[in-house]
Amino acid sequence: MPKLILDSITAHYPGAEQPVLADISLTIDSRQLMVALGPSGSGKTSLLNLIAGFVAPTAGQITLDGVPVRGPGADRGVVFQDNALLPWQTVLGNVAFGLELAGVPRAQREAKARETLALVDLAGFAERRIWELSGGQRQRVGLARALAADPRLLLMDEPFGALDAFTREQMQELLLQVWQRAEKPVFLITHEIEEAVFLATDLILLAPDPGRVVERLELPFGRRYTAGESARAIKSDPSFIETREHVLAQVFAQRTASQGAFA
Amino acid sequence: MSRYEAPAVAAPAPSAPATRRSWSVPTRWISTLTLTTLVLLWWGVTAGGLIEPLFLPSPLAVLHKAKVLAAEGYMEASLWQHLGASLGRIGLALVFAVITAIPVGIAIGYSRIARGILDPLIEFYRPIPPLAYLPLIVIWCGIGELSKVLLIYLAIFAPVAIATATGVRTVEAAKLRAAQSLGASSAQLIRHVILPSALPDILTGIRIGLGVGWSTLVAAELIAATSGLGFMVQSAAQFLVTDVVVLGILIIALIAFALEMGLRALQRRLVPWHGQNR
Repeated sequence: MPKLILDSITAHYPGAEQPVLADISLTIDSRQLMVALGPSGSGKTSLLNLIAGFVAPTAGQITLDGVPVRGPGADRGVVFQDNALLPWQTVLGNVAFGLELAGVPRAQREAKARETLALVDLAGFAERRIWELSGGQRQRVGLARALAADPRLLLMDEPFGALDAFTREQMQELLLQVWQRAEKPVFLITHEIEEAVFLATDLILLAPDPGRVVERLELPFGRRYTAGESARAIKSDPSFIETREHVLAQVFAQRTASQGAFA
Repeated sequence: MSRYEAPAVAAPAPSAPATRRSWSVPTRWISTLTLTTLVLLWWGVTAGGLIEPLFLPSPLAVLHKAKVLAAEGYMEASLWQHLGASLGRIGLALVFAVITAIPVGIAIGYSRIARGILDPLIEFYRPIPPLAYLPLIVIWCGIGELSKVLLIYLAIFAPVAIATATGVRTVEAAKLRAAQSLGASSAQLIRHVILPSALPDILTGIRIGLGVGWSTLVAAELIAATSGLGFMVQSAAQFLVTDVVVLGILIIALIAFALEMGLRALQRRLVPWHGQNR
């Protein structure tokens, strides 16, 4: 069972006095889908970059299964907001890329890539070029690429932020299905409140200046979806609406507090 | 003039009511029209006897000379040998330039130290017209093939290295991070992300380099050579064989044009994603 531990992490932008994140402690393990929700400036992208190993913390330690994180690696798959796919490869080539880097023989890696493409409902798209795909399809390729390398943990950086509302809802449902089937912990950041409440098994609310965790919630809605309930039924459930309004109120309370501090 | 305008005005009427533009003639046609007009003008002034053949021979005379030169040659070498000498020099220089400039460009774009060492060297010699340092190269390397190939090599090297460095520096950070989070090593990053990402820039650099290299080559042959198109033009000029001069210039222009078109085709083939929305 993979286990990621963040132990009192503090991080600064290069040369900045004020930390972007101050004293963050988190544990993500086994079947969790942790969502970090916060306004811009709350350091949620920095938090993801720290876990991915793209930047190093100024204090504290991050460990994955007891091993300190010292840089990016294939054990933590990342799905980017702007997909970051390689246009000189086909869809299949992109999905198989992680395995190619690991030296897996062609036949084997392509079989695995096709299997993963089927998991994200893109079975017929293997030979397509990236620029022939829609935004939602590209995000699914990005997800498949991260999954095919078989990471222990999946990191998602506002993966649906650039998609239209309809596609985004489809992608949220797809993510929950994939999360259930792949049986990997997911850490996702977003600024969409409804998205966060719907997906998260564990929701952390971040506040800016400096970025810190102000509330942690354990939510049942994502698991209810994977157990078979429809997304519409969940989202119109009074308890869902109540939670959403609670989170919304928290975000606004934080915003007025931070604006008050500047006034 | 009205004879040429007629098809231009007539064309859109039956075919393109949707575009509603009176000038929906393809640009290529307009360009062809320009060239045709130029050749007709040339033919007109020579056939009318307005200009002495010594200054400007007629198009037919030049065409005839082309046949003669192809069959008999000029200055103890056939037209094909002159052509071959020029193309051989630029080909050799191009191969060496591409082999060396791309790794150098990657190093400049990738490593701060390599940039510190190599960038000033390239930026120092790049703005100097190659013909200005040709005399020095002749003193060092003699008047043989080596000095000419070296000169063209230097002319091609700088644009290719600089374009490669630019391409490497402008690789999207997200693509690099994506590859790193899939476990890519530094060498794998260069091979699978940086090089393909910089390829459109590299090809543009080669296009620019070939243009500079070709003009440098012809200029170098004008000064110091016993074969090649530049030599052919220069020695013909000394004997006032104007039709050979004009023919040589036309061939030089045609080859430059063919090189440019060939590279554009190569660019379309090798980097079909270039210009697509990402």
